[in-house]
Amino acid sequence: MDTVIETADLRRHYRGFEAVRGIDLTVARGELFALLGTNGAGKTSTLEVLEGQATPTAGTVRVLGRDPYRERAAVRPRIGVMLQEGGFPTELTVTETARMWAGCTSGARPVAEALELTRLAMRGAVRVKQLSGGERRRLDLALALLGRPEVLFLDEPTTGLDAQSRRETWELIRELKQQGTTVLLTTHYLEEAEQLADRLAIMHAGRIATSGRVADVVAERPSRMSFELPRDHFLGDVPPLAPLGVTSYEETGGTVRLETADLQRTATALLLWARDRDVELRGLDARSATLEEAFMEIAKGLDSEEAR
Amino acid sequence: MTTSAARTAPAHLATAPRRTAADRMTALGRAELTLLLRSKASLLTAVVLPSVMAFAMRGTVEELDLGGTGLSVATVMLPAALATALLFSVYTYLVGVYVVRREGLVLKRLRSGEVRDWEILVGSALPAFVLAVVQSLLLAVGMTVFLDADAPAAPHLAVLGLLGGVAMLVAGAALTAAFTRTSESAQMTFLPFLLVTMAGSGVFAPREVMPDTMADIAAWLPFSPVMDLLRGGWTGDLAAMDQLRAVILALAWTGLAVFAVRRRFRWGPRN
Repeated sequence: MDTVIETADLRRHYRGFEAVRGIDLTVARGELFALLGTNGAGKTSTLEVLEGQATPTAGTVRVLGRDPYRERAAVRPRIGVMLQEGGFPTELTVTETARMWAGCTSGARPVAEALELTRLAMRGAVRVKQLSGGERRRLDLALALLGRPEVLFLDEPTTGLDAQSRRETWELIRELKQQGTTVLLTTHYLEEAEQLADRLAIMHAGRIATSGRVADVVAERPSRMSFELPRDHFLGDVPPLAPLGVTSYEETGGTVRLETADLQRTATALLLWARDRDVELRGLDARSATLEEAFMEIAKGLDSEEAR
Repeated sequence: MTTSAARTAPAHLATAPRRTAADRMTALGRAELTLLLRSKASLLTAVVLPSVMAFAMRGTVEELDLGGTGLSVATVMLPAALATALLFSVYTYLVGVYVVRREGLVLKRLRSGEVRDWEILVGSALPAFVLAVVQSLLLAVGMTVFLDADAPAAPHLAVLGLLGGVAMLVAGAALTAAFTRTSESAQMTFLPFLLVTMAGSGVFAPREVMPDTMADIAAWLPFSPVMDLLRGGWTGDLAAMDQLRAVILALAWTGLAVFAVRRRFRWGPRN
């Protein structure tokens, strides 16, 4: 495996505050890795170190086998960066901005090609100040792509984009990945990570709480099932739940809500029971855990852990 | 794990020429020039103001008692015109450029790319440099005709003063920007240095007309050696030792400013 991004026990302090508290990350070539986390979880602080904009307080970081800060002259021409909040002079046009950036980028694509990638070709003569927030984001992405980077760092690339632009951006990121670009992105949108990421890590309070493939992270979480008890039935009438993999359950006003580690077995047993009794399970709902649930539980769980 | 494979640059970078510092600064300078031409306020500061001031000060200079200083109206006004061009086209204008780009997150974005820190500051200053040189030439020719003055006696000293002045004022503008919090305050923070320089370094009224003690102190101000070189360019009577002293003093101040900029310059707004 060709490792492109690697950190070991990465830490970052700001005046008495430890923003990043020991991050171990490995991203292989061609992989799309998503960094999720609540606000202030340390995503941007981590990214700044990977991009070579800051040095870690402790630990090591390698991008393309090099120190991205000390060997920036060798690393920068091969990476593309989109900051969470980057600025451009408001009185330049889109084309002028891209031309300026191309003049600062080794092996740059033609400006028109870069603008075409993010569907800004038609807006080339427009001043930056007249662009919508989403268009500015797309300009930022176009510039990150100018140098045909091998590694792309995207800090919340679709924040502020409308639904259609977001999907177009996802499509573009998928194409880049297909062409072999390694992508590390942070996002608030869990759907974005589910759609795009090969692997992801959920950060909380400066640490990685969990990481792995989307399916693995979700699989660690219980599935949920709920239904209304049939008329004249009680919770004691349904088959024993614990042997079915149910980890917890509650009944309120005749509605049963349960969490299970084995959704198929639990659902099968309950549905067979209902058929044998010839009763209807109204409001039946069964679903696997979502990334959002995994995310929320991690955030909640770690908060209570910290309170202790 | 084969990190050695990752270290090898891809084909398109191996064949395409790497951008050099000159490429990057040219690109930044070109963008800044476009921005300058689009900003009425910047054009007023950098182009109109110095020219107007240069010609408007004639009355004041003619009232000065220049007896015993060895200077004439022309050898006061010509260096003063060049100094004014430097102070407005380079210093005052660049303080605004650096602060506005910083507050607009432009510097932060630039720093994420290949361009180096010093290239950002120098590249952004290129239009100011060009403007100062062109303006100085035009003012020198225009005023020589206007005042029916002699050609400079030691033009190389004037050129040295001009270049030294640009270097010092670019560094000075970056340093002033470091102490300027917002784009609004950038319209004020250039004033202290400007006023002290105008009054103390003998831009309009040469230091020779000051009381001796004051003149001795004022000779050590940052812009004083630049004035000495500019004026020496026209009078031609700046002794070799004085030339050396002026160059060393100007370099020392510039070095100090560069040192301070490296330590204190901020690349993004305060949170």
